[in-house]
Amino acid sequence: MDFNLSSSLFVGEQKFNTFEPQKTYDVIIIGGGPAGMTAAVYCLRKGMTTGLITRQVGGQMAETAGIENYLGYRYINGLELADKFHDQVLQFGIDFENDANVTDIKDGLIKEVHLDNGRIFKARTLIITSGKLSRKLNVPGEKELTGKGVAYCAICDAPFYKNKKVVVAGGGNAGVGAALDLARIATHVTIVQRRDRLIADQVLSDKLKHYENVELLLGHVVKEVVGEHHVAAVRVENRETGELLEIPADGIFVEVGSIPNSELAHGLLELNDKNEIIVDEFCKTSKPGIFAAGDVTDVPYKQIIIACGEGSKAALSATDYILSNPNF
Amino acid sequence: MALFDDNIRTQLTHILDGVKNEVNVVFFSQEIECESCSDAHQFVDEICDLNPKLKMHRYNLVTDAEKAAEYNIDRVPAVVMLDQDNKDTNIRFFGVPGGYEINSFLGALLEVSGERQDLPEEILERIRKIDKDIHIQVFVTMSCPHCPGAVITAHRLALENSKIKADMIEANTFVPLSIKYNVSGVPKIVINEVHELLGDQPITAFLDIIEKI
Ligand SMILES: Cc1cc2nc3c(=O)[nH]c(=O)nc-3n(C[C@H](O)[C@H](O)[C@H](O)COP(=O)(O)OP(=O)(O)OC[C@H]3O[C@@H](n4cnc5c(N)ncnc54)[C@H](O)[C@@H]3O)c2cc1C
Repeated sequence: MDFNLSSSLFVGEQKFNTFEPQKTYDVIIIGGGPAGMTAAVYCLRKGMTTGLITRQVGGQMAETAGIENYLGYRYINGLELADKFHDQVLQFGIDFENDANVTDIKDGLIKEVHLDNGRIFKARTLIITSGKLSRKLNVPGEKELTGKGVAYCAICDAPFYKNKKVVVAGGGNAGVGAALDLARIATHVTIVQRRDRLIADQVLSDKLKHYENVELLLGHVVKEVVGEHHVAAVRVENRETGELLEIPADGIFVEVGSIPNSELAHGLLELNDKNEIIVDEFCKTSKPGIFAAGDVTDVPYKQIIIACGEGSKAALSATDYILSNPNF
Repeated sequence: MALFDDNIRTQLTHILDGVKNEVNVVFFSQEIECESCSDAHQFVDEICDLNPKLKMHRYNLVTDAEKAAEYNIDRVPAVVMLDQDNKDTNIRFFGVPGGYEINSFLGALLEVSGERQDLPEEILERIRKIDKDIHIQVFVTMSCPHCPGAVITAHRLALENSKIKADMIEANTFVPLSIKYNVSGVPKIVINEVHELLGDQPITAFLDIIEKI
């Protein structure tokens, strides 16, 4: 039996301080995924007064079953890696706010961070590391049948599909990963992929060949999830011919990529057409003193190791900004 | 063979150092027709061994039917948590709390022992006002990272108000029950049989439903 112990859940409060509304921080980091936590360690080691506000610790990393490409660990469970990061952050005595949701930021020489519970905190610089959230299909039937066959977490819900037929929407790493989890359990797995090929890492796609019960439907998109009280079928469309096809299925796992958590920057920072925050090679956004790093930015390739590298860069840029700014 | 390797054992010991007062962990199993009972027994046994304040009491669902009735246990493996005075906290675990669920088990031990994080006063006030019998069932799988959050919230509600009972249910161990409540995604939270929530919902979402009952 495996145990996914999350020791950071049990750290006593003495390891971190709560936020102080009257204080002006050198830096406030928004988001506690790999980018935010790495930024925190760099800021704290530079002696900056640092606060970190996040909805949840670990970000997408904490929800990943196994990570095999973060060097130093050949294989590590995502929650465990998130714990190690968290531990390393807490050793410095950071001001930390978990379960907190940032709704708005206000620019100025001193910047303000607004929380959904009405509290406001102040800082000289901000580092936005709010990452991404998985995207929904936005097709009829999806919302109504969520939890009734429409699923977003393959590792959580795969066991319910023993001897059943499922569809996986999405042919990237997450989609192929989900299909592999499901192939061991379900009788039949159909991967519906928009493009005409899979875009997952070769090592993952290669593993699919070991399963005879996995079918690829390339160049198709999901149009509707059909079912009365539970998913019964998935309606897909051939993108080239427009032909509609109904795949009988007991469930559909949605792994169609993600959207950036950039609402808090709308109207303030420049975003690209995917709503990612545009940053330069120093992680600077379009506003002085506001930096961003990781999956929420337009930096290509969304990976833990990249988010960490970008987070450290943003921290160093924020430090430089304060040191070279005559107003501080 | 031990369930926990040395590395996990060290971490567990460290976490359980936080246990304040004694906790009485009542474990129910049966000899036959219970695949996971021996794992569950070993799990509870090894954890309780790590701290002298954790007292394990073992009963058999069939031969100790009286005890089972006293704690309202009708399926196994099951864990009931009692405080230092043997008062029932209404916290139940059905199935092995392995995988990610070890976190909710440890959380419950700490909270029952008196080591609790503060809740905002307005939330406590809402919980205290609940005067109807409430039964929260949280269905989980062991490989679900969001599930312990929902279980911990449900158990916390039970701790704060004796009108509230809260169960963790490992969905694959109790298949007929999962089918009865149409569980095909976890965490699935069922309140008083008919009200449903999906996902690791905040305590306010639980309260919004409970207050309407
Ligand atoms: C299923 C899955 C598997 C993956 N597998 C791998 C892998 O094997 N290897 C790899 O390198 N990468 C993997 N990735 C990608 C990797 O997890 C991400 O690239 C990485 O987590 C990005 O880090 P981040 O810090 O930029 O953002 P995130 O991890 O998304 O963290 C953002 C944080 O900000 C918080 N937040 C967001 N908005 C707000 C707000 N308004 N207020 C307060 N807090 C907020 C969130 O709660 C979260 O804690 C995987 C991703 C997924 C989904």
